[in-house]
Amino acid sequence: MSAILETRGLNAAYGPTAVLHGIDIAVEERGIVTLLGANGAGKTTMLRAICRMMVRISGEVRFAGARIDGKATEDIVRLGIAHVPDGRGTFVGLTVEENLRLGAYTRRDRDVAQDYERIYGYFPRLKERRKQQAGTLSGGEQQMLAISRALMLRPKLLLLDEPSFGLAPLVVQEIFRILRTINKQEGVSMLLVEQNANIALELADHAYLLETGSIILGGPSTVISSDESVRRAYLGY
Amino acid sequence: MQAFTHQVLSGLANGGIYASVALALVMIYQATHHVNFAQGELAMFSTYIAWTMINAGLPYWVAFVLILCFSFVLGVLIERIVVRPVEQAPVLTVVIVFIGLLVIVNSVAGWIYSYTIKAFPSPFPSDAWYGSTYMSPHEIGMIFVTLVVLSLVFAFFRFTPLGLAMRAAAQNPASSQLVGIRVGWMLAFGWGLAGLIGSVAGMMAAPIVYLDPNMMSGILLYGFAAALLGGIDNPWGAVFGGFVVGVLENVAGAYIVGTELKLTVALIIIVGVLVAKPSGLFGRTLVTRV
Repeated sequence: MSAILETRGLNAAYGPTAVLHGIDIAVEERGIVTLLGANGAGKTTMLRAICRMMVRISGEVRFAGARIDGKATEDIVRLGIAHVPDGRGTFVGLTVEENLRLGAYTRRDRDVAQDYERIYGYFPRLKERRKQQAGTLSGGEQQMLAISRALMLRPKLLLLDEPSFGLAPLVVQEIFRILRTINKQEGVSMLLVEQNANIALELADHAYLLETGSIILGGPSTVISSDESVRRAYLGY
Repeated sequence: MQAFTHQVLSGLANGGIYASVALALVMIYQATHHVNFAQGELAMFSTYIAWTMINAGLPYWVAFVLILCFSFVLGVLIERIVVRPVEQAPVLTVVIVFIGLLVIVNSVAGWIYSYTIKAFPSPFPSDAWYGSTYMSPHEIGMIFVTLVVLSLVFAFFRFTPLGLAMRAAAQNPASSQLVGIRVGWMLAFGWGLAGLIGSVAGMMAAPIVYLDPNMMSGILLYGFAAALLGGIDNPWGAVFGGFVVGVLENVAGAYIVGTELKLTVALIIIVGVLVAKPSGLFGRTLVTRV
């Protein structure tokens, strides 16, 4: 197996404020990697740094072997990296269907039409609401829509920023179950940022621990979740 | 009664022009939350170029189409060259840039074409069969042209991928980038389209108000009143507001304030809307659940 995403010595900063310091991580092809850490550790910034959104970066980011750290966000998307940002980033004034259509904006192939059905297969509730303004959906449905919009790109890599945020436990379980299915069936690699360490470690096969902008621990999820300090600080037992 | 009907109908005809200007303003406002004070002057400049083309012997409708293209390109260029550098600047800076643009375009037009008033041809012959005692052929033709252009613009936004991308970019630039939309270009296209719509207004208005560098100053005010009345973030509202302002202006001018004070109607509408209902008649109140 080879890495689909790899960073080497990645630094990121907002203006003069440095947030990430020399991050080395790798996401294997078809793998799911989670990035754990407290508030303000730099998790969201890490995802933004990969697709060069709002932050200044230095260091190396490789996608499928090729450097992407000099490219613009819009071009990185075209390579097949879909980002589900924090706060979901749905287009609240547009309908569910228009949101999905925008997800496939960069695609020029003819299979887009059948992809709606594929998505509605994962999230039947979105089909019921496809003519509705996205702003009228519940939080869980909006998260589903955000993930669906990302899937409409037919991405090779999915960046997920706290998909569990603000959602009821049952909804969170449903979303994570579907994420697993998508990973298994379509082979989409995922980089998942989470505060809910329990569920993230369950889904991921690899995990990194981020603290004040540096990776302090990394390894297979099973190893990480049995680590004494991680257990106490993030898993709560 | 006949006189009143006449006033209302010719108000509707003027309203078409205000509607176009209002729509141009709203288009840029929606995307950037800026009011382009130079919108009218850009339209005026395009109309001058049209005048040059028609005088050089081009058929009217050929010049018309060429001018639409020219205005689109001009709008895009202005966004790229003049507006882009102040994208992140405070709102007052942007206002000053727009006013500067207004003054520059106005002066350049005066410099090239002089300030003497010129006649501008109407493509609708004054003895055409569709003229009547109520409306001149030009007024009818003007309404028709505006409606066609406005419908095309709405169809573009509603039914084309590029239109959808432009709406998305106006609403949520960050997410738009994440789906691969080149937001900067969408803003530039918005400027281009606004310029195109404005130039239609200019070419339709010129046979009535005559061609001079200040021809659009009053019209821009009415257009601004229309946009506010309809709700500055609602394109449909702006168009509706345009027709309402046209009728109000004409009727009030004929029966209440007199022609000399017509322009005050626009100011009264502006102040009235801002005081009573700042979001306008159809200002969007987005339904959201948290």
